[in-house]
Amino acid sequence: MTEVTLTVNGKKYTQNVFDHVLLSDFIREKLKLTGTHIGCDTSQCGACVIHLDGKSIKSCTMLAVQADGCDVLTIEGLADGDVLHPMQRAFHENHGLQCGFCTPGMIMSAIELIKGKPDITEQEIRQGLEGNLCRCTGYQNIVKSIQEAAKNENNLTNR
Amino acid sequence: MYSFNYLKPGSIKEAESLLSESDDNKVISGGMTLLPTLKQRLARIDNLIGLEKCGLDKIILREGLLNIGAMVTHFDVSNSALVKTENPAIAQLASHIGDRQVRNRGTIGGSLANNDPSACYPAAILAMSGTIHTTKRDIKAENFFVDLFETALEEDEIITSVSLPKPERAAYEKFPNPASRYAIVGIFVAKFDSEVRVAVTGAGEEGVFRCQQIETALSAKFLPESLSEINISADGLMSDIHAEADYRAHLIVELAKRAVAKSIAR
Repeated sequence: MTEVTLTVNGKKYTQNVFDHVLLSDFIREKLKLTGTHIGCDTSQCGACVIHLDGKSIKSCTMLAVQADGCDVLTIEGLADGDVLHPMQRAFHENHGLQCGFCTPGMIMSAIELIKGKPDITEQEIRQGLEGNLCRCTGYQNIVKSIQEAAKNENNLTNR
Repeated sequence: MYSFNYLKPGSIKEAESLLSESDDNKVISGGMTLLPTLKQRLARIDNLIGLEKCGLDKIILREGLLNIGAMVTHFDVSNSALVKTENPAIAQLASHIGDRQVRNRGTIGGSLANNDPSACYPAAILAMSGTIHTTKRDIKAENFFVDLFETALEEDEIITSVSLPKPERAAYEKFPNPASRYAIVGIFVAKFDSEVRVAVTGAGEEGVFRCQQIETALSAKFLPESLSEINISADGLMSDIHAEADYRAHLIVELAKRAVAKSIAR
């Protein structure tokens, strides 16, 4: 067991973890933040994407001990109470989801993807989502949501 | 996942000594291959040695060579102003490895040490005649890549950085598998003052290799048209569910033409 201290959604946690525990399992089972999903065991689906020190990563392909001292942002850290994050709102308004399983990862990836790119093209968005799989939507409305959020990028605050 | 201890040595010397303590100790960099392997219980390790505190994350210019630390991520290679100026072809290559999240964690040292037969970096390092610096020695790319997932690295040897000379022209073209994004075939073309070097990844039964036929044709005239009469034999090329050997042979020539055109346009 190793003691790790990390900040998740602005709150500091210190916990003992087994060294082989994945960051995704730590977030879900220790911190009970179950918005971060686990959709595969091959690191391909992207449902578990979070931000680690501002960069999008697959939390199922990193150990909790490796995140010691880091700043983590999960889907739960986006909304301000009942006020959705602009990317969440764009998904909501553009019907950017069906079953919703991939959505937390999609949104976390999308926020990083459009940072500083209000004019991001459809092609760039599709390429930027290579690491996120959706089995329902055919991606059309996901791309539409992200494009709209990018246009409103000035309003985006990255907390 | 089987249980293991995670160690974070503060220097490469310490990492080297921890690694040499047991055959069941392994080094981890970005972990983009090793962690999925451990998750599937395809490997069992006593101590996992993380290199994140060993100071291997610098990109510098040293004696005219671009030197990239082993722990530099694909994202940082693709985004570095120094790499973009000195060696734009490898910056472009790095920007298309795996997916965005893989590029944020995966490293050049990890990719080279793993020597996946479909990885992008081995083609670049071999084509540009790079040097792999380790805790024990300097290894020329020609002597480094041995076979599928096999390199010249000894059990207790760790890659510290990679040095690359500056080619006059260079470009990488890959034909990615639509699902995995790994190269079905990837070609790195590099033109130097004295020679043209072409390396192929994704296709060889023994991993990355140089293609002499294409090198000879391009040495005569460095133009895509120089390759219009070239036929590559399918002998020694992989056939798998993604592509037959003769299809890969065809792709090698086609992608080489595109890479040459791209390097001239750059």
